Amino acid sequence: MQLRNAYDAIVIGASAGGLYAMIEILRDLPAGFPLPIIVVQHRSKDERALLEEVLQQKSKIRIKQADEKELIEPGTVYFAPPDYHLLIEGDGSFSLSFDAPVNFSRPSIDVLFETAAEVYKEGLLGIILTGANKDGARGIQKISQAGGTTIAQLPETADYPAMPRAAINTGYVQHILTPVEIGEFLLIVEKRK
Amino acid sequence: MIANEEYRQFLESVRFVYGYDFTEYAEASVIRRIRSFMEANQIPSLKDLGKMVMKDETAFEHFIQEITVNVTEMFRDPLFYKSLRKNVISRLATYPFIKVWIAGCSTGEEVYSMAILFREEGLLERTVIYATDINQDALQKAKEGISAITNMKNYTENYLKAGGKNSFSDYYKAKYNSVLWDKSLRQNIVFSVHNLAMDKSFNEFQLILCRNVLIYFNQSLQSKVISLFYESLCPFGFLGLGNKESLLFAEKQKCFEEIDRKEKIFMKTK
Repeated sequence: MQLRNAYDAIVIGASAGGLYAMIEILRDLPAGFPLPIIVVQHRSKDERALLEEVLQQKSKIRIKQADEKELIEPGTVYFAPPDYHLLIEGDGSFSLSFDAPVNFSRPSIDVLFETAAEVYKEGLLGIILTGANKDGARGIQKISQAGGTTIAQLPETADYPAMPRAAINTGYVQHILTPVEIGEFLLIVEKRK
Repeated sequence: MIANEEYRQFLESVRFVYGYDFTEYAEASVIRRIRSFMEANQIPSLKDLGKMVMKDETAFEHFIQEITVNVTEMFRDPLFYKSLRKNVISRLATYPFIKVWIAGCSTGEEVYSMAILFREEGLLERTVIYATDINQDALQKAKEGISAITNMKNYTENYLKAGGKNSFSDYYKAKYNSVLWDKSLRQNIVFSVHNLAMDKSFNEFQLILCRNVLIYFNQSLQSKVISLFYESLCPFGFLGLGNKESLLFAEKQKCFEEIDRKEKIFMKTK
């Protein structure tokens, strides 16, 4: 199955071990990257913005925490804030919620992926990385069912393989790649016409 | 999938028949909540949900309680409470009688947290805390003042980080798997139903807290609610919002001064 390379947005879900995989993937992305990348990385609720600071030091692309009602722009990597769910609104802006944890997680990957799938449909690329739980599996299914493209990290390359494995087991993951391959693939993606 | 047009029609009929207005809520969250209600109750489509709640008021009540309940914790964002102690309490202490409004109090954890803070600062005796929410079931739970014992570890940590002066266990009695908040905390608390999207101001306050409620509203409703708070605050009264909330979309933004930028505490100055 051929991997399409034109999208409107990219969503990424990562949990335990995600920082290293994220560095691998974001490191070479240019400042003028044509799409927004929206990430849920499970993180401690006491950590306010450390993740963004660490990753910004290692990347050229702009990295920030998503703000309430912020309009989503290309060329930016947005992270869900600690202890809030991140949702995509139909008008292309973010909203936050403090609803109960989903899969014991807040932010939850499923919450981001499901709302993103409804808004971007076949223009969405969803990527699930390392983690020790099964958050994101349902979201991957929703992305695929809405016509989007789905990738999971090759479990053998993940520090914690449970999360990509749970996504793969749904039968809705279309491509299984290493972090290096994901990074290389992102270098050739374009904005969908 | 819930189609946009169908969703808006549903909200319109809810408003028309029952007077609850969700049309200015942030859509993604409301849709998620409606969908999980439909899943839990095995309702196949929004049309079926519409039919069910429009002809059966009890079913509607059940639905409304399910989709309007917000999650809350004791001393959530401990640094916010620490900042209240440092920046707000001494100014409140200059009033002979203090009125506080906690808007969107849900199941009451924040209300009891404030009562504890005010007691430790010696102000609770001359304070009335008005705690309001749209959700009657949540308010009932708030009145009962019961919490699960499994929460106590997290709450105790929060309490200490918030600058708590005593032992957190002084404030509750444990029984089986639950705890009951100290009844004397409740003496000066008034619980009542208030719908921020529709109801008016009902008093004048020195302090209003509304935390993690505005995130569920769109920009226009956020602005209206901030205006409502503006009208309900005395001159130099204080407003505390949630960690990710701001006055950015509020018409009255310029009438407030930042007291603590990070903890989202504002003072009405004009």
